Amino acid sequence: MGQAGGTRDGASSPGAGRVRRFRTYGEVDHGTGSALLEQVIEQRARLARRLAGVGATVAVASGKGGVGKSLVTANLAAALASRGQRVGAVDADLNGPSLARMLAADTAPLEDRETGVVPSPAVGGVRVISMELLQEREDAPLRWRDPGSDTFLWQSSMEATVLREFLADVDWGGADVLLIDVPPGTDKITRLLELVPDLSAMLLVTTPAEITRAVVARSLRLVREAGVSPLALVANMTGYACPSCNRRHRLFPGDGARELARATGCPIWAEIPFDPRLGEATERGRPLVLDRPDAPAAAAFAGLAGRIEALLDARRAAAAPAGRAVQ
Amino acid sequence: MKFLCIGCDEVMGFVERQLPGDGTLAAVFSCGTCGREMAMLTNPMETQLVSSMGVKIGGREVRAQPLEATRSGLEGGRGEAFREAEPPARRRPPPVEWSPEAVERLGRVPGFVRGMVKRIYTDYAREREIRTLTPEVMDTARSELGLEGM
Ligand SMILES: Nc1ncnc2c1ncn2[C@@H]1O[C@H](COP(=O)(O)OP(=O)(O)OP(=O)(O)O)[C@@H](O)[C@H]1O
Ligand SMILES: [Mg+2]
Ligand SMILES: [Zn+2]
Repeated sequence: MGQAGGTRDGASSPGAGRVRRFRTYGEVDHGTGSALLEQVIEQRARLARRLAGVGATVAVASGKGGVGKSLVTANLAAALASRGQRVGAVDADLNGPSLARMLAADTAPLEDRETGVVPSPAVGGVRVISMELLQEREDAPLRWRDPGSDTFLWQSSMEATVLREFLADVDWGGADVLLIDVPPGTDKITRLLELVPDLSAMLLVTTPAEITRAVVARSLRLVREAGVSPLALVANMTGYACPSCNRRHRLFPGDGARELARATGCPIWAEIPFDPRLGEATERGRPLVLDRPDAPAAAAFAGLAGRIEALLDARRAAAAPAGRAVQ
Repeated sequence: MKFLCIGCDEVMGFVERQLPGDGTLAAVFSCGTCGREMAMLTNPMETQLVSSMGVKIGGREVRAQPLEATRSGLEGGRGEAFREAEPPARRRPPPVEWSPEAVERLGRVPGFVRGMVKRIYTDYAREREIRTLTPEVMDTARSELGLEGM
């Protein structure tokens, strides 16, 4: 005892010229386990346990909007699945979801198990979770139950919580690769890194356009500072794949993607041409890699899938001896 | 967040939670030594902020359901978004019966959250060894668990 009043100096009441000094939160004993902090720690532990069952968690981001993040995620998912990998896909874009459509996810009710919600089966056996599957109307803006005021305060808290639940409360069933389609905005990258600081890899989608280069450069720096490795660029819309002559033509003046790679030393893992067939097929829910494996864009995705498989092999090789040593 | 009884230098324990209306959440804490009680009231924004983090003031009585915060918070959720899965046969817990009135009331819960709400009430009853779920049990659970609008 000797700390009456929860203070350090033993004063039980203020006054008499004495300053009441409280102990810190951590210094005050408690054994209830009910504090908010403990609950947050348990949420993180739950997320870590879930992701520990996945071979590799790979984020597809950019910082820039409309550069093809979702298209890359969908086609990479399909390419990996067609090579025999078990693939999960998380649509982290809660306000502008598109992955369920791009992967033609089944809209039948999701099986609600006590251990987690079973993600929707999609094209090629890919498993998807997306806001699209949970909302009644596809044109409905994302809205949370409204306390009437100060919406912005809890809205971003709510979105972070939903993303955590998409990752932690979905039964990924031992997927080899879990792909995350990250919405535009560098703040969304930060949010993801707070939730999953030990991502297996991050792909940053960029285009040859100068304006994209500047934004992606900022994202790249942020992700590097967070220590995510490997970190690689996917150069989308590098040239135009002409459907009639099957050759690539220039689309943008200059080549922001290669310049970015040169300036930062960040490798380019795939150069995807602009191909109207690719855009059209993806929006129809039939990623091009499935029907036109010969198309230059499909070949580029096959190459990207090969990179991810190499990463998977490396992670398994690194995990195996350590696992044995512990036993 | 901890409440310290200054006189006894003791952390006050959580006693109960209530939703008196208007989006207010009342959480009662008491000192195990002197018995003094206090109630913390949150305004609607604070109530929502806490629930948006997927945490409960005073701690959880029943385990978190998958996608619990998403399902509790989303407006315009699809009625047909989820379907109930059978628990695995080998460790099926003792059954909790639902009275016809309770079934009727559960039927009025929006489809999007119905499955989750059903499991939360069932867990609540099971933990308290309540064999039959009635609207009265649902009321108590709803208040104690802080299940607004369920
Ligand atoms: N290489 C490509 N060839 C043809 N069309 C493409 C290509 N890349 C992207 N597109 C098209 O460009 C549009 C934007 O792509 P997508 O939706 O994947 O971008 P995004 O980065 O996910 O956008 P947002 O930031 O809004 O989420 C889509 O219509 C897509 O089909
Ligand atoms: Mg997108
Ligand atoms: Zn006391």
